[in-house]
Amino acid sequence: MRALAFRLLQFVLTVWAATIAVFGLMQILPGNAARVAAGMSATAEDVARIEQQFGLDRPLVVQYADWLGGMLRGDFGTSYVTGAPITPLVANSIQVTLILVVSAMVLALVIAIPLGTAAALLRGRALGTILSGLSQVGVAVPNFLAGILLVMVFSLGLGWFPSSGWQAPIFGFGGFLSHLVLPVCALALVQAAILTRYVRSAVLEVMREDYLRTARAKGRTSGSALVVHGLRNAAIPVVTVAGVQLATLLIGAVVIEQVFVLPGMGSELVRAVANRDLLTVQAIVMVLVFLVLTLNLIIDLLYSLLDPRVRNAA
Amino acid sequence: MTVPTAPTTPTRRRARDLTFLVGLALVALIVLMALVSLVWTPYDATTPDPAARLQSGSAEHPMGTDRFGRDTLTWIMLGARITLLVGVVSVGIAMVIGVPLGVLAGMTRVRWLSGLIMRGNDLLLAFPALLLAIVFSAVFGAGTVPAMIAIGIAAIPAFARVARSGTLQIMSREFVSAARSANRTSLQIALQHVLPNIAGLVIVQASVTFALSVLAEAGLSFLGLGTQPPIPSWGRMLQESQQFLGSRPELAIWPGLFIALAVLGFNLMGDGLRDRLDPTLRGRS
Repeated sequence: MRALAFRLLQFVLTVWAATIAVFGLMQILPGNAARVAAGMSATAEDVARIEQQFGLDRPLVVQYADWLGGMLRGDFGTSYVTGAPITPLVANSIQVTLILVVSAMVLALVIAIPLGTAAALLRGRALGTILSGLSQVGVAVPNFLAGILLVMVFSLGLGWFPSSGWQAPIFGFGGFLSHLVLPVCALALVQAAILTRYVRSAVLEVMREDYLRTARAKGRTSGSALVVHGLRNAAIPVVTVAGVQLATLLIGAVVIEQVFVLPGMGSELVRAVANRDLLTVQAIVMVLVFLVLTLNLIIDLLYSLLDPRVRNAA
Repeated sequence: MTVPTAPTTPTRRRARDLTFLVGLALVALIVLMALVSLVWTPYDATTPDPAARLQSGSAEHPMGTDRFGRDTLTWIMLGARITLLVGVVSVGIAMVIGVPLGVLAGMTRVRWLSGLIMRGNDLLLAFPALLLAIVFSAVFGAGTVPAMIAIGIAAIPAFARVARSGTLQIMSREFVSAARSANRTSLQIALQHVLPNIAGLVIVQASVTFALSVLAEAGLSFLGLGTQPPIPSWGRMLQESQQFLGSRPELAIWPGLFIALAVLGFNLMGDGLRDRLDPTLRGRS
């Protein structure tokens, strides 16, 4: 219990430090936000007016406290550039991104666990070597390249799926799914290649354990010994890596959303950067960093559930 | 990111050497292209040739031309330069800052100091390279220089972790106790005993980080937030190819292929080196 409380406290402190880091980064060039928002031809008065309107002339500590307090109430403030509140934009786009990332991770695991296990069981044989080689090549393919290749083949070539766009599920579930297939596959295939390598090493590690030899000596085949005794143990490193990779997927989704013109957080982030809309950038980056930190927390907790040694030590 | 490696057997060691050599060959190919491009390219990169727009591969243009009639091979060669430059500078930044921090965290007996370094590391880990690079492009403007710095900063934790765990192992060895009783200062111990012994781990990390930085730069340029035109970069070429996917797929395939080859090369080299240099694996057979 004490370990859990300590971990939660550490999480809160890290999130707090991250808010300072994100806020600080945006303030590195003083006066930047208002000058950029006012435009190239703005006079000193224009800049001063915007600074006053959005409270940018107040001391930094006050501005930071204001921003932090707003976020705690779920309010990210108002964009200096568009004049619109930022919270609805974040709330809408986060759904798209999360649907993308979670579906991709599930698909990646569905592919990687059997392939990685097979690659481990077939080690030293031709098929196992081919599987390992394929995963090594897959790791080197950036997801946006995978997305472009998928569009070439399955959209422009075969015409099976739309090449871009998004349809909310309430306007038809079939359309929702068909728009989702290619971007999810683009993210998942590369992820599956990475995870296959970890599943393979984890299974190889477990196969050397004494308890598997015992199970085999008691008459089980190596396959069934692995399924009954080994996979739970092999799951521990895989869960850890899958968690770390979820964070990678989240950032990967930023690029994939551009490829497929999806209205997710990545597209909003890139648009905000292009418009030099620093407060919106600040909000979206903070949400992404918060999600990454939350994922790390969940992985730590899951880890102790899966591994009784860690749980009892805690 | 390290994949746990199975113990070494003679066949396995041969496979590892092959891995390393294939990686080295791919990296050498990219380096060679970049070096040649310094003195010679088939065409001028920026001069448009309206008569030769959107051609497929031919004797004059082996990889075809883009929508302005510019030679794709020339752009691929010049893109190799940016890819390597970003990799070298960002890995350099990460190594120069991360390794001393990691060694310090591993050697110091001041608990709050090592705690502070490692917590700072955890915080930095929440900012993946591409995200930090996007933030930098928002604050400082898009360009190769902010991209290199951001990718380098984001990679500091990886080096600090590797350096710290390596240092902790070295510090428990007898030759360090011997050096201590011979009144060597901590700085002397760090330079004479710790750094040479963790160099292998650091080199492996550098190779893997190089691959990650190639990916991050390509992604950033693909978003239009990295290297800016008219400087050729593979990510940018891939982005511009998107509107011609139906008619000229090779415009996407060439830069995509070279991004993948570069990443594959540095990953394979790192994997191969890890088995040769990692002291925890060396003795096992």
